[in-house]
Amino acid sequence: MSSPRKLSYSLAINEALCQMMELDPDVFLIGQGVKSPWYVGNTARGLLERFGESRVIDTPVSENGITGAAVGSAIAGMKPVLVHPRMDFMLYAMDPIINEAANWFYMNGGRTSVPIVFWGIINRGGEQAAQHSQALHAMFAHIPGLKVVMPSTPYDAKGLMVAAIRDDNPVVYIDDRWLYSFEDHVPEEIYEVPIGKATMRSRGSDVTVVASSYMAYLSEKAASTMAEKGVYAEVIDLRTIKPLDQELVLASVKKTGRLVVADGGWKSFGIAAEVEALVSEGAFSCMKSSPVRVALPDVPAPASTSLENAYYPTENDIINAVLHVI
Amino acid sequence: MRIRVFEESLVGPILSGEIRTPCHLYSGQEAVAVGFCAALSRYDYIFGNHRSHGHFLAKGGSLKDMAAEIYCRESGCSRGRGGSMHLTDPEVGMLGSAPIVAGTISLAVGAALAALIRGDGRVAVSFFGEGAAGEGVLYESLNFAALKKLPIIFACENNLYATHMPIRECRVDQPIRKVAEAFGISNYEVEGNDVLQVYDACRNAVENCRGRGGPVFLEFMTYRYRGHVGPDDNIQGLHTDIRPKEELEQWLAKDPIKKLESYLMEHRLMDEQEIQSIKEEVGKEISDAVKYAKTSPRPKPEELTNYVFA
Ligand SMILES: Cc1ncc(C[n+]2csc(CCOP(=O)(O)OP(=O)(O)O)c2C)c(N)n1
Repeated sequence: MSSPRKLSYSLAINEALCQMMELDPDVFLIGQGVKSPWYVGNTARGLLERFGESRVIDTPVSENGITGAAVGSAIAGMKPVLVHPRMDFMLYAMDPIINEAANWFYMNGGRTSVPIVFWGIINRGGEQAAQHSQALHAMFAHIPGLKVVMPSTPYDAKGLMVAAIRDDNPVVYIDDRWLYSFEDHVPEEIYEVPIGKATMRSRGSDVTVVASSYMAYLSEKAASTMAEKGVYAEVIDLRTIKPLDQELVLASVKKTGRLVVADGGWKSFGIAAEVEALVSEGAFSCMKSSPVRVALPDVPAPASTSLENAYYPTENDIINAVLHVI
Repeated sequence: MRIRVFEESLVGPILSGEIRTPCHLYSGQEAVAVGFCAALSRYDYIFGNHRSHGHFLAKGGSLKDMAAEIYCRESGCSRGRGGSMHLTDPEVGMLGSAPIVAGTISLAVGAALAALIRGDGRVAVSFFGEGAAGEGVLYESLNFAALKKLPIIFACENNLYATHMPIRECRVDQPIRKVAEAFGISNYEVEGNDVLQVYDACRNAVENCRGRGGPVFLEFMTYRYRGHVGPDDNIQGLHTDIRPKEELEQWLAKDPIKKLESYLMEHRLMDEQEIQSIKEEVGKEISDAVKYAKTSPRPKPEELTNYVFA
């Protein structure tokens, strides 16, 4: 699969969009700032020039109405990719996402699906404070009818975007600006990373570390630091938050008997809690110690750098959690 | 004048990275906040948006507290938790500012509702940009305010751009204030770079509200001299400021501060010397505030969970 060509995370998204739009005239990109790198980095580079204003639509500041319109176009058979350049702005659009799109297929007896990608960008740090920093993936994962993916690598960024666009149902695609400059091998051809499948980022028998998105990157880093000291962590990158790849998580925990879950959302009622619940229901008897969550404290995002540094989990926090469970 | 000098004093530190919190500078729009707040009493309420340094100062918020907040210090008006986009001083009626576009419009409606229920004669003001006219909550707020005859003034600062989007790409060519008409709300266009006209318009609107005449919508025509965020989007490497140079120059010629200065001198209300001495005073006040901010400590990491009740 691997090709020698390297691409950044953000350009991997760009390539997925470009190739899918090329392939399928029903695919279009809509959202605030698709014309502006200030909003979406270089993920939309060249798309407007190539596909024109009818398929690359920058919008007024109207999250609720525009999201509803995108959902409606999907009900009418289009395949919109709707970008919210900050997840925080998506809160204005919760009604069309949840009440309408997520429920539509079910409440209409499976007669019409809603093939839409809700793409929300986490844009945090830089003293931007509470309304410009939030990671809200757990909220969406709570809702029946929504799939939620969170790629951590350029390879997955492209493959999951392709899979999300091809999916017949609403997929919430969440990325993190902190990943945008990461580079890795990305095949030039179109390929999918299957939704619902996690992957192993490093093998080990001492402890299982489950993570996603930027936390998966930190976990992998933590694992190699720990390996130098003789502690071997098995890092599972969820890639898809919902549906959760239960099999891979349980298989690993059954082997290691120890669990750390690292998540970029808040600690309470979040992904980390869900993974721990899964493990306590499915592998309780294999556990050698209590699991530990590494996540955001239950506090809104602060502005001041001194607080931001204490707020966002680091590689060290993961290492300390691992040392605690082994 | 304090607002302009303060905003411009931020340019260096933002470019050097000394200030990290995103600052949406108010330079160019000062006459709106100043003229408006002069028509309000200390007890009236205002809510701001992401570009609210000017609203905060004009309402009587402490310059030192704001400077410290922009430097994200414990001594800041929001104790370093909010930064530039979350300014508050409830004691002078500045109930808060927040960057979710249009997010505070309905909150201002709520403050007006509180004033109506209590019958205390207060007026609430919602400051928002023309970009906020894209959000549905504006229309819901207008309807409710009209229905209940709430003492609120909708203050739309139309600076012609919402981030990278010129207004003509956001809405059909109609004065924004016309949206109020659909709800039976009286509405006026105001020359936003003329502080005296702003004051007159706002005084009338405030009187109308206090006399239980219901809401008023004011659209202020103005222009920001700086980039959307920070001093200059283009210099900062974002290359998103697409405004033509000539347009900026036209508006620079209508500089609200210069306009007031020439009015004062023409009518012999002040001479050049007096204006100069005000400038010096302001400069001194600002350098003191910045010194205070820079020497204040940052919040302590162990106090991360303060002010969270759940
Ligand atoms: C709900 C929401 N959507 C998008 C944004 C991004 N954003 C920040 S400022 C802004 C435009 C603001 O334009 P306007 O309201 O006219 O105020 P101005 O910046 O011109 O003063 C946008 C869209 C946001 N902060 N909140």
